[in-house]
Amino acid sequence: MIKTLLATAAVVTLSTAAQAQTIGFSQIGSESGWRAAETTLTRQQAEERGITLQFSDAQQRQENQIAAIRSFIAQGVDAILLAPVVATGWDSVLEEAKEAEIPVVLLDRQVDSSEDLYLTAVGSDLVHEGEVAGQWLVDTVGEDECRVVELQGTTGSSPAIDRKTGFENAIEGHDNIEIVRSQTGDFTRTGGKEVMESFLQAEGGGENICALYAHNDDMAIGAIQAMKEAGVNPGEDVLVVSIDAVPDIFQAMANGDANATVELTPNMAGPAFDALEAYMADGTEPEKFIQTESKLYTQDDNPEAEYEARKDLGY
Amino acid sequence: MLLTIRSLTKTFPGTLALDAVDFDLAAGEAHALLGENGAGKSTLIKCLTGAYARDSGNLHLDGAPISPASTLEAQELGIGTVYQEVNLLPNLTVAENLTFGRQPVRFGMIGQRAMRRQAEELLSGYGLDVDVRRDLGSYSVAVQQIVAIARAVALSGKVLILDEPTASLDARETEMLFDVMRKLRDRGLGVVFISHFLDQVYEIADRVTVLRNGKRIVTEETAGLDRLRLIEHMLGRELEAQTAEGAQQPAEPADPSARELHFEGIGRRGKIEPFDLSVGRGEVVGLAGLLGSGRTETAEVLFGVHPAQVGTARAPEGALDLSSPRAAIAAGFGFAPEDRKTDGIVADLSVRENIALALQARRGWSRPLPRAEQNRLADEYIRRLDIRTSDAEKAVGDLSGGNQQKVVLARWLAMNPRFLILDEPTRGIDVGAHAEILRLIEEVTRRDGMSVLVISSELEELVAVADRVIVVRDRSHVAEFTGADIAPDRIMRAIAAPDVAAPDEEAA
Amino acid sequence: MPQVFRRILPQVLTLLAVILLVSLVFPGFVQIDFERGRLVGPIIDVLKRGAPVALLAVGMTLVIATRGIDLSVGATMAISGACAAWAISSGYGLIPALAAAIAAGILSGLWNGTLVAVFGIQPIVATLILMTAGRGLAQLITEGRILTFSHDGLAFFGSGTILGLPVPALIWCVAAVLFALLVRRTALGLLIEAIGINRRASTIAGINSRVLLVAVYVASGFCAAWAGIIATADIRGADANNSGLWLELDAILAVVIGGNSLMGGRFSIAASVLGALIIQTIDTGILLAGFPSEFNLVIKATLVIVILVLQSPNLAPHLARALRISRGAPLVGSSAAREAGE
Repeated sequence: MIKTLLATAAVVTLSTAAQAQTIGFSQIGSESGWRAAETTLTRQQAEERGITLQFSDAQQRQENQIAAIRSFIAQGVDAILLAPVVATGWDSVLEEAKEAEIPVVLLDRQVDSSEDLYLTAVGSDLVHEGEVAGQWLVDTVGEDECRVVELQGTTGSSPAIDRKTGFENAIEGHDNIEIVRSQTGDFTRTGGKEVMESFLQAEGGGENICALYAHNDDMAIGAIQAMKEAGVNPGEDVLVVSIDAVPDIFQAMANGDANATVELTPNMAGPAFDALEAYMADGTEPEKFIQTESKLYTQDDNPEAEYEARKDLGY
Repeated sequence: MLLTIRSLTKTFPGTLALDAVDFDLAAGEAHALLGENGAGKSTLIKCLTGAYARDSGNLHLDGAPISPASTLEAQELGIGTVYQEVNLLPNLTVAENLTFGRQPVRFGMIGQRAMRRQAEELLSGYGLDVDVRRDLGSYSVAVQQIVAIARAVALSGKVLILDEPTASLDARETEMLFDVMRKLRDRGLGVVFISHFLDQVYEIADRVTVLRNGKRIVTEETAGLDRLRLIEHMLGRELEAQTAEGAQQPAEPADPSARELHFEGIGRRGKIEPFDLSVGRGEVVGLAGLLGSGRTETAEVLFGVHPAQVGTARAPEGALDLSSPRAAIAAGFGFAPEDRKTDGIVADLSVRENIALALQARRGWSRPLPRAEQNRLADEYIRRLDIRTSDAEKAVGDLSGGNQQKVVLARWLAMNPRFLILDEPTRGIDVGAHAEILRLIEEVTRRDGMSVLVISSELEELVAVADRVIVVRDRSHVAEFTGADIAPDRIMRAIAAPDVAAPDEEAA
Repeated sequence: MPQVFRRILPQVLTLLAVILLVSLVFPGFVQIDFERGRLVGPIIDVLKRGAPVALLAVGMTLVIATRGIDLSVGATMAISGACAAWAISSGYGLIPALAAAIAAGILSGLWNGTLVAVFGIQPIVATLILMTAGRGLAQLITEGRILTFSHDGLAFFGSGTILGLPVPALIWCVAAVLFALLVRRTALGLLIEAIGINRRASTIAGINSRVLLVAVYVASGFCAAWAGIIATADIRGADANNSGLWLELDAILAVVIGGNSLMGGRFSIAASVLGALIIQTIDTGILLAGFPSEFNLVIKATLVIVILVLQSPNLAPHLARALRISRGAPLVGSSAAREAGE
């Protein structure tokens, strides 16, 4: 009798564990629209899957993140999602999680710790994003001569370096495409606009420019304004391709001002939850790096609908 | 003699700070250096420790001529100095402070244990119970003082100079410090001690040297020195002739009903005890007292710099608001403060702008004083007060002390106040300017009917200009003299101490 | 007038030298065309792009003259821009949007001024509070996103033109002239200088230094509000994260290049604005020159160091003397003259 009761209890416990998990999520903060969208989408994904999400906003401080993870461990969550604010200094807290047998999945950014301290990392490949953007330009201009101006991200930042490298990889061997000017716009609209103004001045009022490649959409949006004010028609006189796929760039595409964008998806949680589910069901070890799709969107992809779908994600 | 100074002279632009000063310090002696502000005490110390270069004069230590060019050099020669504000590092440990710059080094590293032992040795004999491993800042100011002394003695070991060491200590801590000073004296050090607390001087000093206006007035054994005579030396009463003349002046009618301004029970805690004061039209009231007695505090309370907490001020037209300098100025007051560099002049502004400043402030920002009017004012006062400047556009900071003082006076005379407060109007200025300023006070009171409150540590000056003299002691107004009673010896007795002052004067 | 000109002469010469230098690497720098009803050219861009820093420098000059500093102007720009964008996108119309932005700037100034003048907090600490907290405040208004709007009236303040001249350039010119007249045609300038040199003595002379101190921080907030309006109007959106980011440092630099002492006292608004133009000319010149962006900051820093060293009071007498010797004029150094006058 007692045995049966115990067995039933065990079954009940097991089944709840499999169905309604509790997962802790230590987010960096809300410094950008993209980050806000990541938070929104993570909550949505958790809700759809019936997962209880314990959310903690670290406000850009590693010590807050470490404290949050310790508290997740103490609460005995089933897994932890971590978007690390910096790359170093995670060893001891990740070991604590490992000892407590709580799998950790890294979102969006990597850490310098040993690979066996976390289950997997979900992120995009920044070089690949640049390559997708470059390939679009190669396909679009064909054999025509094309002088490209490039708006770089913040000098020395890894997205700026990798997105530049990827784009250059893609146009390599296509001698008709040439980057004639490249300057940093600090990932901001103001920066994009100011630098584009100087590009237009330097390149005969824009007549000598065939395409603009911006390391993010915000700089492209700033540059589009600069072109309009200078009497240049963005999207037609100058092709505009950028990266991130924030809602406003879809609006610009709908207006015909921008041509293409490469998505850096804020949905890192979806693949993370998939990997965790498989791991918990039968112990499947995922790859140590799960690359999210870098999807290309053009004016043909119904930008109005994409804008509507994204505008409330918190971008 | 351990240390002898002969004919030490030091000039600053416009002032003779030290005028052929002699000074002797014997080994095993505690020697107090006394004088009012600006007498030359700190200049003497700075020349001695190499902080200032002297113009002329000789220094001998142990019979050998010395000429330190820096405090470091003076230290190495054997002259150590401890200032009122302890100049050690509060965030280092006591041991680190004591051994700073000569830590015991082992294999290129500082030996912690050796350093601690060395520090404890240095402090032994000072009667301190401190853990040398703790931060210096965690101990009281008195302990910090003694640590600073221990360091100075260890570094120098012949002459120890203490600049107002007791200023921020309470009675028990002062006693502790004095114990240390006595021990050092008995060990054969020469200790120079600057203070303006006479009780302390009598308690600790073997001899006293008094400086006044850059001159050495006297050096005497403390034991045989009458307290009254000491104050006399500090405040001076050489101008007997002028004193007599002052007494002969026709005394102004001291009829209280004719007085224009009445202050009743005005006071502020920690600054000045409540006092009553009435000032007549055209009257000059003198305020006498030692440094820190409450004389400057009286002025600051009257002018709203530190507004009174209690009391009322009345003028013929009604009650006066003296809650801020602005309010006091609106009531027709003016105030030339004691420290003209920090409280008086605005150094980078021109003579013209400095003279126009208070007038402009009263008119308000939206009604600028026309440039022509400013020029006229500046030219008038440069001529009238004989301000020595190449032109009205010169920055006031480039003028000499006496001329700066005249500019501050011009600023207030341009306002035509009914009541002008002058705190040490003649301090640190040359003899010629001194006489001119006294003549000016005479002129504005007798001719224009302005009332003036003069604060001065020079008694003969008060005797010369004042119709009435009030004595301040221990933050209270303790005595008042009028007419023929205004005499330096009476004032001095009132300043000295209650048991010296005659009871009738106390009641006056 | 000649006195004013003598005061700003070093800045004018520096600006001309920088323009000459930039023209060497980008020959078309001084070329100005008239296209589609507006003046176009790098110089026009400098006048337009320099607007935020020039405006901030006007307010910063007054604050620094009182021996203060205002680190919060960049954050105030973000707050004001966010207020304007929020008001316009909520349908309140142009005038309420401008009023909201300016009110936000004035409130920021009141906050800083109160901390400094009433509570006696060191200006650098007092304004640091708003510098760090202000951006968070702006983000609350924009809800963490770039709050975009499409209102041509507001956008006019960023990219419109009047008589062919960009509106931002006109705004800072008007602000600089108005503030210069305000402080020099009234006694404000003298009183501000007096409290900057010696606040205690000025208070005893009857100057209401507390009210004046609050006023200069309010003026700084007011200028920052206009800078924020321009920055927001320029990109048709309030970017709380980036609007005015680090511009407080450029503004301080402009004031310093303008020859104003951080120790307070004598000031010249014209010289500060010239300082802002010098900085912007360098910035625009770097962009036009086409050097790799890794060199941007190095080039800017090098030029700024050279300018500051040339203007340094320790070097000036030597330079003057060297010039005189080379011209063969009699050698009467200014220091010698000063000694003679004493």
